Amino acid sequence: MKSLEDLKKIREQAAKKMSIRDEKNGYRVVVGMATCGITAGARPVLNRIVELVAEKDLNNVTVTQVGCIGECALEPIVEVYDPQGNRSTYCLVDPKKAEKIVEQHVIGGKVVEEYLIEKFKK
Amino acid sequence: MAIRTQVVVCGGTGCMSSHSKEIKEKFEECIKELGLENEVVVFNSGCFGLCERGPVVVVYPDDTFYAHVKVSDVETICKEHILKGRVVEKLVYSEMTAEEKAKIKVFREMNFYARQERIALRNCGIINPMDIDEYIGRSGYEALGKVLTSMTPQEVIDEILKSGLRGRGGAGFPTGRKWSLVDHSDNGPRYVICNADEGDPGAFMDRAVLEGDPHVVIEAMAIAGYAIGANQGYVYVRAEYPLAVERLNHAIKQAYEYGLLGDDIFGTGFSFNLEARLGAGAFVCGEETALMASIEGERGMPRNKPPFPAVKGLWQRPTIINNVETLANVPQIILRGAEWFNTIGTEKSKGTKVFALGGKINNTGLLEVPMGTTLREVIYDIGGGIPKGKQFKAVQTGGPSGGCLTAAHLDTPIDYDNLAALGSIMGSGGMIVMDEDNCMVDVAKFFLEFTVDESCGKCTPCREGTRRMLEILNKIVDGKGEMKDLTELKDLAEFIKGSSLCGLGQTAPNPVLSTLNNFYDEYVAHVVDKKCPAGVCKNLIKYYVTDKCIGCGKCKRNCPASAITGELKAKHEINTSICIKCGACKTNCPVGAIITK
Ligand SMILES: Cc1cc2nc3c(=O)[nH]c(=O)nc-3n(C[C@H](O)[C@H](O)[C@H](O)COP(=O)(O)O)c2cc1C
Repeated sequence: MKSLEDLKKIREQAAKKMSIRDEKNGYRVVVGMATCGITAGARPVLNRIVELVAEKDLNNVTVTQVGCIGECALEPIVEVYDPQGNRSTYCLVDPKKAEKIVEQHVIGGKVVEEYLIEKFKK
Repeated sequence: MAIRTQVVVCGGTGCMSSHSKEIKEKFEECIKELGLENEVVVFNSGCFGLCERGPVVVVYPDDTFYAHVKVSDVETICKEHILKGRVVEKLVYSEMTAEEKAKIKVFREMNFYARQERIALRNCGIINPMDIDEYIGRSGYEALGKVLTSMTPQEVIDEILKSGLRGRGGAGFPTGRKWSLVDHSDNGPRYVICNADEGDPGAFMDRAVLEGDPHVVIEAMAIAGYAIGANQGYVYVRAEYPLAVERLNHAIKQAYEYGLLGDDIFGTGFSFNLEARLGAGAFVCGEETALMASIEGERGMPRNKPPFPAVKGLWQRPTIINNVETLANVPQIILRGAEWFNTIGTEKSKGTKVFALGGKINNTGLLEVPMGTTLREVIYDIGGGIPKGKQFKAVQTGGPSGGCLTAAHLDTPIDYDNLAALGSIMGSGGMIVMDEDNCMVDVAKFFLEFTVDESCGKCTPCREGTRRMLEILNKIVDGKGEMKDLTELKDLAEFIKGSSLCGLGQTAPNPVLSTLNNFYDEYVAHVVDKKCPAGVCKNLIKYYVTDKCIGCGKCKRNCPASAITGELKAKHEINTSICIKCGACKTNCPVGAIITK
């Protein structure tokens, strides 16, 4: 390493890798990962979301998992909490839908109405 | 595939000795079995501070804090939490009340952490200490870059001076002033030494920094080297700290590989070399002149000052010597500025202090608080109070050089000057809490035994005087003391303080003096009534069975001297003439029917 520029490059890469450990106050994305969720395909959904968040440097976003949300027939389920704590529950999510949820809701701040659980449970 | 979960297993010495290495390995094994190795990483960090609850495991991004984790728990955590997102409630750390239990999972909100302010420990328990990139990821080596490319050595010294940083090794000497006293009258070599000897019984702050964040010490020493025009540094660390030595040496190697040590750092022409030197663990070798003698290969004995190390130090050359924790503050001061540092702490003691909390306290461990925090906040809010509902009696600060503070001092804001005014010292940060079951004469004797053992023998007041004091204390705890012994203790103490060569002898009488001042009645009880009120001093107590006895026979079975008689279901008796006062009966009694008087 011969300059401050070199140091900065290492810093940026390392900080990205470590950002999971930082305190966050932005959106929280929660994926249901009980047996029912995993069988229905929650793993690739979770991984796709984690990848997108990393790719797009969404440093203030937490992606985590929970156990059974209680709507096993509608798994994979993804819940998004906005910074004010409002919850949107999306169901039958696949990696493609997950991308839209991240783009439109987590980045754009607009709920993706068509995937909301309310549409499936009348 | 991106990493979604990071599992941090505490790798401080405390947790390592309760199998945190095996725990980490088990995590790696389980994660692999579950096919999650591309999504989840596991590593050992430095000390988390809450040693009482170790081994500690934190799972990010959920911030879940698992306490007392066993190797056999790992599979459950992996299958439940890491695979399926179900936090394993029974292993989650909980603070006492039910209300707090509801929000226990997020460790940042735990009382133990929420009340702290971390500067010296900012990376401990957060980064992987074996990975220089993680240190850099938390702005590591930026302060070094800043001083080398945009500040003159004098500006660096001025900044440290303005920050008000004082030495954390015990004496509290202003760090900037120390750096400005370095002799520049010729161009020969100058040296920077980091004092990581840490000989106080019960103290482990410096070990935690070296184990959890070794690069901060390296960076600070290079900054100090630039400030005083030194190109060589030594870290003097005791060989009894093998993990700290290993991590420090690894960090030094990485810093060389990255060009952050060695020649022409950041292409500025500045060179700095660094080496660890191991000490054999003598308390006196923490004293700066003895320490330098030890590095030179001489017997570790102090010499008279002046000349001070800044003028004639290592190999007779100008040297600055600073404590680990002092240095750990330096990069943050450079990056965030003296003004920022000035906003923390009290008028004459700026910044924070790390304490190693031990003794009769619920949360044994390591903590960092702003100067000016009261003893009550440290002991009750962060330390969680005294176990088993016992009464607080005293807290010992400053180890063998310090003294005791009592319940009357609980609301004193902790800083250098307040503690000194009360007859104790800040010291390096050991803090030992005592309850009603501790005998203060016994405590004084414990510390004096330590200094008698550790006295190097070079000067007579320390070598002979402390031994005479110990003889008097032994007389008192054996029930053979007289009132004139108390006067003699005081006289000897004052004499030794005034005439010893180095800080060891000058402070060795402090534990006796401060207990004499604050607990005089307890000394009198030993001398006049021949009683130990706390029931500790063996030769002054007898064991008795009270009417609470249920006649279970446990005491009788456990007595090694066969001194207990009694029928099943009837009250037992102790024959005090054959009782050896080992206490086995008291420990084994299920109803607390055995007392000492
Ligand atoms: C007997 C004795 C033991 C000492 N042990 C230590 C020690 O373990 N660590 C330490 O930093 N300073 C210790 N000191 C204080 C050092 O002599 C010196 O003041 C200190 O390293 C200076 O660093 P600072 O200004 O950063 O505190 C000891 C002093 C005495 C008299």
